Amino acid sequence: MTSVPIQVNEVTKRFGDVQALDGVSLTVGQGEMFGLIGHNGAGKSTLFKLMLGLIPVSGGDVRVHGVSTAGAGFRDVRRRIGYLPENFVTYDNLTGLEVLRLFADLKRVPRRECEGLLERVGLGAAAGRRVRGYSKGMRQRLGFAQVLLGNPDLIFLDEPTNGLDAEGIHDFYRILREVQGMGATIVITSHILAEIQERVDRLVILSSGRVAAQGTIPQLRAQLVLPSVIEVSLHPGYQQEVHGAFASAEGLEMRVADDVARISCPPSEKVAVLQVLSTLAHAVRDISIREPSLEDLFLGYGGHHA
Amino acid sequence: MPKFLDCAQVRIIAGKEFRDRIRNLWVLSVALIFSLFALAIAYFGTAQQGTVGFRGIDVTIASLVSLVIYLVPLIALILGYDAVVGERERGSMELLLSMPITRSEILLGKYLGLSGALAVSTLAGFGAGLLPMASQLSTADVYHYAGFVLSAILMGMAFLSLSLLVSVLSTDRMRASGIAIALWFFFVLIFDLVLTGALVVSDGNLGSGVFGALLMLNPADIFRLLNIFSSEQVQSMYGLATVMPERLTDPVILTAIMCGWIAAPFLIARWRFK
Repeated sequence: MTSVPIQVNEVTKRFGDVQALDGVSLTVGQGEMFGLIGHNGAGKSTLFKLMLGLIPVSGGDVRVHGVSTAGAGFRDVRRRIGYLPENFVTYDNLTGLEVLRLFADLKRVPRRECEGLLERVGLGAAAGRRVRGYSKGMRQRLGFAQVLLGNPDLIFLDEPTNGLDAEGIHDFYRILREVQGMGATIVITSHILAEIQERVDRLVILSSGRVAAQGTIPQLRAQLVLPSVIEVSLHPGYQQEVHGAFASAEGLEMRVADDVARISCPPSEKVAVLQVLSTLAHAVRDISIREPSLEDLFLGYGGHHA
Repeated sequence: MPKFLDCAQVRIIAGKEFRDRIRNLWVLSVALIFSLFALAIAYFGTAQQGTVGFRGIDVTIASLVSLVIYLVPLIALILGYDAVVGERERGSMELLLSMPITRSEILLGKYLGLSGALAVSTLAGFGAGLLPMASQLSTADVYHYAGFVLSAILMGMAFLSLSLLVSVLSTDRMRASGIAIALWFFFVLIFDLVLTGALVVSDGNLGSGVFGALLMLNPADIFRLLNIFSSEQVQSMYGLATVMPERLTDPVILTAIMCGWIAAPFLIARWRFK
C-alpha cells in the first residue's frame, strides 16, 4: 500500500458561531504512532470525527488512504479503520460477545474472531455477561476489542486509557505495540502528555483549533524555550518587599499568593534572579527551581504561553 | 461503484432491533394485550345489548377498529421515538456511524426491525385472540379479519415512520417523547374533533371532496375508512359512507395513500438525519 494513511489539508470546521478548527494541516505516515495533544476543547475530538468522516468539513479536505472522507468510496476505507470513541458507549442489553459480533457483522469480519479478541483484551471470562454489568474499565476493553476487529491498518483512539487502571493501561499499550508491529498506523489523542510522550513517534499540539506545534518531542523542545520557574516561600509580611525588588525587572513574570512568590523567567536570567533573592535573605524561607518539563511544553503550547 | 444501499448492513441493524424487542419481551407483551382485547371484544363486545358470545366477524372488527385506532398509533409512537435520539444521547450512535454503514442503512434497518416487531406482535396478538372462535369463522371471515389486521399493521408502520422522524429531529429523548405523545393526541383525538367541528360550522357545506381529502391527512382515519368500506354491514353502521367521495372508498387507493404515509415521514427523516 503506497497511499498516505492520513492527509489533512487546511481544514476548518465551524459549529454555528464556534470555530472548532481553523486551518489545520497534518500528515500521518504509514506505520506511525501519531499523537494528538490538546486541552479539552482544543479540537481533538472534532479533528477525529473529521478524519473518520463522521461530520463534514467546513473548508479544506481530509483524505484517508487517498480517499476523501466526503466521497462515496469512503465506506470501503472504513472497513480498514478501527475507532475507539472517547466514551465507548454501546448496547447495554447485549453481552460483550454479542456486541462484538454485531460490529464484526457490520465490518464483514468472521464472527469466529470475536472470542479470541475478547480473550486478548482480558474479557474472556466476561464474554457472556451483559455489558450493563461491566465496569468502566471493562467497557473500555470491549471497545478496544472492537477496534481490533479484522486487523485494521488504521486505528483511531480518542483518550483510550480513560477509566483503565494501571494494569489495564499496561495491557493496552502492550497490545497496541503488537498491532503497530504488524504495520498498523495509529492516531491517539490525550490531554495527558506524560502518558503518550514515550510512546508516540510524532505529535501535534492543538490549541484553540489550530496546530500550535508538530514534530517529534526533541523537535518540539528545540522549537520553544520555556521559562524556568523559581518558587520562593516567604516569611509572613514580606510580600510587598519582595514584590518591590522585582518590580523593575524585565522579561520575568511574578505572582505572589499566600506567602509564596512564583517567578518565571528565561533560563538565562535564573542566576540574576537568585542574586536579587540573596539580598532578601531575611524574607526568604525556602527556594526551589523547577525546569520546564514536557508537560509545561504542552501547557505552553496549549494556550497559556504560546 | 459503491452501492447506494447495502442490504446486508440493513439486515444486520434490523435484526438487532428486532431481537432487542423479542428479548425485552416487548413483542410478547404487546401481543398479549392485543390478544386479550381481541378475545374480550369478540366475546363480550355485545354485552351492552344484554348478550354475550361471538356475534360475527363484522361486528367484532367494527368494535376492534375503534380500539385499535387508539392503541396501535400509541404503541408505534412509543416504539420509535427513541430509535435515533436515544442512541445519540447515550453515545452509541457515533461508533455505529464510524462503521462501514451509511445513515440510510442505519435508518432503514431500524425502521424495518421495529416494523417487524410491531407486525409480529400485532399478527400474533390478533391471531391468537380469535383462535377460540376459529370454528365459527368462514373463509370469507378469515380474509376479512386478515384485512383488518393487515391494515392495523400498515397504520402502525405509518405512525412508526412518524415517530422515527420525531426521533431524528429531536435534540433529546424527553422532547422526543413529548412530541410523540402530542402527535398521538393530535391524530387520534383532536384531528377528528376539529374536522367534525368544521363540518358542523360550515353547516354541512364542506364539500365531500374536501372532507374526504382532509381525512387522508390522518393515517388513523385512513385505517378507519379501510375497514368501513371493506364491509357492507359495517358501512351501514356508520353514516360516513354517504359523505365520502367514490374514489376514496376504494381500498386499493386507501392502501396506496397509507403507504405514502409510511414513505413520506421516513424520507424526510433520512433527509434530516445528519
